[in-house]
Amino acid sequence: MSVHEQFAEDLALYALEALTAEQRDSLERHLHDCADCRRELEKLRGDMALLGLSASGPRPPQRSRQRLMDAISRERRQPIAAPSRRWWTAVPWVVAAALAVVVGLLWRDNQEQERRLVGLQSESKQQRIDLERARQIVSTLTATDALRVTLVAAKTPPQPQGKAIYVRDRANLIFLANNMPQLPAQKAYELWIIPQAGAPIPAGVFKPDTHGSATVVNPPIPTGVQAKAFAITVEPETGSSAPTSEPIMLGAGE
Amino acid sequence: MSSAELKGALSDFSLVTAIRSGDESAMAALYDRYSSLVYSIALRVLGDTGTAEDVLQEVFMQLWRNPGLFDSSRGNVAPWLAVISRNRAIDNLRRRKPETDIDDVVLSVEPEMAADAERAVVIQKVRGALEGMPSSQRVALEMAYFEGLTHTEIAAKTGEPLGTVKTRIRSGLLALRKVFA
Repeated sequence: MSVHEQFAEDLALYALEALTAEQRDSLERHLHDCADCRRELEKLRGDMALLGLSASGPRPPQRSRQRLMDAISRERRQPIAAPSRRWWTAVPWVVAAALAVVVGLLWRDNQEQERRLVGLQSESKQQRIDLERARQIVSTLTATDALRVTLVAAKTPPQPQGKAIYVRDRANLIFLANNMPQLPAQKAYELWIIPQAGAPIPAGVFKPDTHGSATVVNPPIPTGVQAKAFAITVEPETGSSAPTSEPIMLGAGE
Repeated sequence: MSSAELKGALSDFSLVTAIRSGDESAMAALYDRYSSLVYSIALRVLGDTGTAEDVLQEVFMQLWRNPGLFDSSRGNVAPWLAVISRNRAIDNLRRRKPETDIDDVVLSVEPEMAADAERAVVIQKVRGALEGMPSSQRVALEMAYFEGLTHTEIAAKTGEPLGTVKTRIRSGLLALRKVFA
């Protein structure tokens, strides 16, 4: 988890829809650019779902089911044409009835198409977002101007290894780590960009999985930073704005 | 086995797929599976059976009119319905327009809860976690979730500092997640 601590509490309030319009707008701007915070928001909504489940118990009255089924049927009801007395007097009515049926069928078809369209639009929106994320990742992994750095452990076995792929001008950074030692409780690893000048820049907080592997994809970092090196430190799990411990891994950059 | 029983045995994914093609009996089966969940949440928030029934109707009608709102590739129906129901009930309670579009409600949750038995285990564990929380934390979390109070309103009501309330709400949610980590 590499959620930005300054947004962590607001994210929970956002999920609960408890922020003011101004606070909401500000957070939404950040969410637009921060995949880590978007993922955390999805998890917070998952936590909300768990809390909702705790209320489970009472069943709705039977009339609610009937009310729903009636409403569903009504939305699909077709107009029915009226009968007539004699065939010659019936001709205009038959034509009208046929027209009504055709109109009804067209209306129903139109409703169905509209419903499908809205569904497709919703799917398409998500696919566009997913595609854009994938495009960015592939583009960074394959960019000829990407800086590829392998970080190795300051001390030998069990040979932790990290690979940072960094495109300075786009502020794209992908970091892949293997064989990372398990962390003490309430601690996490933090990736740093050591710039040519100035203080280290935080580039994502992460915890390895049970196999010691971890990935950081496009953490929020400023554009155009010339990286002298990349480093990993052990920090509190909420992340630090400046390293609080010595690097356990280092890799030279530009 | 009757048609209704057959539908009842289908997965959430199959039911939502059938609903997309306008299958009313699939909608009935999904209602039978989850109406209690939606109604329970709405009733807990609103405290009024009539309004809770309105929310129940609204949530399922929205799904019927636009089943594409639920993206089945992103998980089970139960947690998604739980969040939608809670948010709609709070909108109703506060007499405000919905703040979030339903299709923007994307969530990720660890435990499986597609089957009744799985949900029963989850419910039991969540209730256990709530009981194990310090009461001040549980109260802040429940006020935010079931009463739709903002952190400012909770702080004013409990006399706690604003920052403390915000922290309690977030750490309360994380504590529930931790049960299934």
